[in-house]
Amino acid sequence: MTESLIEATANRLFADHISTMLRAASEQGEFAAAAWREVEEAGLSRALVPEEAGGFGMPPAEALTILRIAGRHAVPLPLAETMAASWLLAGAGLNLPDGPLTLAPVTKGEALTLARHGAGWHLSGTATRIPWGRDAKSVAVLALHQGTPMVARLGPDGFAVTPGTNIAREPRDTLTIDALLAADAVAPAASGVDATAVRALGAAMRSLQMAGAMAALLDMTTQYALDRTQFGKPIAKFQAIQHNLAIIGAHQAAAGAAAIGAAEAVGEGLAMFPIAVGKIRTGEAAGLCAGLAHQIHGAIGFTQEHSLHFFTKRLLSWRNEFGNEVEWSLLLGRHLAAAGADRLWPEITEA
Amino acid sequence: MVDLPFAPPPPSPEAETLRQEVRAFLAETLADRTPSQRAERWSGHDAAFSRKVGAKGWIGMTWPKRYGGHERSALERYVVLEEMLAAGAPVSHHWIADRQSGALILRVGTDEQKETILPRIARGEAMFCIGMSEPDSGSDLAATRTRATKVQGGYVVNGTKVWTSGAHQADYMILFCRTGEGQRHEGTSQFLIDLRATSDIQIRPIRAMTGEHHFNEVVFTDTFLPETALLGREGDGWNQVTSELALERSGPERFLSSFLILTEMLRVLGPEPSERAAIAIGRLAAHIHTLRRMSRSVAGMLQNGDNPALQAALVKELGNSLEQEIPEIARQLVDCEPSLDSDDRFLATLSLITLHAPSFSLRGGTREIMRGMIARGLGLR
Repeated sequence: MTESLIEATANRLFADHISTMLRAASEQGEFAAAAWREVEEAGLSRALVPEEAGGFGMPPAEALTILRIAGRHAVPLPLAETMAASWLLAGAGLNLPDGPLTLAPVTKGEALTLARHGAGWHLSGTATRIPWGRDAKSVAVLALHQGTPMVARLGPDGFAVTPGTNIAREPRDTLTIDALLAADAVAPAASGVDATAVRALGAAMRSLQMAGAMAALLDMTTQYALDRTQFGKPIAKFQAIQHNLAIIGAHQAAAGAAAIGAAEAVGEGLAMFPIAVGKIRTGEAAGLCAGLAHQIHGAIGFTQEHSLHFFTKRLLSWRNEFGNEVEWSLLLGRHLAAAGADRLWPEITEA
Repeated sequence: MVDLPFAPPPPSPEAETLRQEVRAFLAETLADRTPSQRAERWSGHDAAFSRKVGAKGWIGMTWPKRYGGHERSALERYVVLEEMLAAGAPVSHHWIADRQSGALILRVGTDEQKETILPRIARGEAMFCIGMSEPDSGSDLAATRTRATKVQGGYVVNGTKVWTSGAHQADYMILFCRTGEGQRHEGTSQFLIDLRATSDIQIRPIRAMTGEHHFNEVVFTDTFLPETALLGREGDGWNQVTSELALERSGPERFLSSFLILTEMLRVLGPEPSERAAIAIGRLAAHIHTLRRMSRSVAGMLQNGDNPALQAALVKELGNSLEQEIPEIARQLVDCEPSLDSDDRFLATLSLITLHAPSFSLRGGTREIMRGMIARGLGLR
């Protein structure tokens, strides 16, 4: 497969600017500001934004491949979140602020309250597990007003942050929001964009990030097996190791295919079926591949010094974000059961 | 950078038009087929059905018209294959010939072999079987011992082939055997044997644990083959047979063997299944959807003339595990006792496929062989 221009740009940028040291510093809570500036200057964070709103106007499926590459490099930056927030804001016709962005709410069942307040708006409530909340220059909020999905641009002075993290020590913060917003900071969401659509976009994004991280695992683990000698030969020569690597290879290949399918679906009106498939398949592969990668690496892979954990910890976190396998399987399963036995095969081939 | 690439499957609008035509044909032609018959999947045999498929132009679809083919794309052919499998169509009369034997003849056969045999395959008239495995040569195909010795006007073959599906019904066999000296892969060749016109071949049934007769033992005792039976180049057998095996493993039959259980399970569970059942249905559908995407990518590789051996092994590795998992999940979601004489659609399907499931990761190359091929693809061996 030939590499597109955007893929080449992302690969080069991450290879040059994302290091083990940077990932470790990020785990300690230090925002990788210099690397972020590079990402922003290359335009990657606005890749999902239409041309008229200041983006490249590239097809969503192509724009989202950036996230697969970011996953492959375990990039410790809110790139997916900024892409999603920019997509939400631009879709609603709101101005795009510079700097890292995030979106809210992201936890199932949570909603924020949006009410009229004079000429402007009042936004209030609590949003948990907000990725990179502490570092965001603005938050794109989706909230209902009289049944209509609205997008609000919330600045950092409008919320208080209670820090939290996922098991990869990426920020997952609680935002306590009580903000008065100007009239031009709130607008109806783009047609078809609601809480379900935002969750689907998040799921597609995490699927791509996971597929990239699994590709990195396959690469690292294969190389380790070729380099590591025990019993007088590289452990790659043992059939048990070969078969475990083959299993990683097969599941990461399936994850990659499913994630690209989800990316294509984002461009087709956030089609639910392939996005559910993407999150289910990558989520299932994530645990399996992470487990086998650790098994093959042995004790060294369990150390902080070795870089394997930057990838496996992300996989073990991301599979639970924007809906785990069970949430998406239930949604898909109920849809198929309601369609009925004789529609099962057509549903699969048409999706 | 290690990579196991699956290019996105190329779009094929003409294939989707064809799909509706195939569905209508199958709905009409298979209306009377019982659940147990459908559950035989691609082992189901019906020569009249295969002739009808041939008459529709759905065998040898990608071959040149001058040999009875239809010059359609690998993506269109893929649609026909998967629709047949999803409907439980009895395809075994033409399946092997369409998938690998015909393609091999087209690639390495003489003009005469191509002109006489390919049009008959495309009409659904010529059934093929595969003479590869032997009693002491299973996964280790290069250990083959059957030998063809050059004599005046042809060859004399001695040896025994086993697990030969459909040999008792087939018109032709493509035999893999030794013809020369040398180690392992060297000195092997393939022959195209007209089973109806060759004497001194004994075909004996080997019953499967299901009680069914698909397998055979085929014994060659001083069997004379004319020179014209040689397929491809003498001594080139290993190269030919490995490319044939890539085709053998490349299709949707490597992940759809248990699909009918899922369809019938949905019928039993109804439109509002338990949460646990809905989760299982969604998960299995996600796996099938993903494998379909990967398998269509393989079809895209065939269309481009690329060798899909590694990608086919990856699909088979994942697909066989899924095929074996489906009956295990179904039996836990629907309380039942499997029974072979049930006329209940779900039970009949589940029971027969449960018994067939162990073979899914054996036939067409074992799971261990697939993993070895993937490991080779990763540069480990």
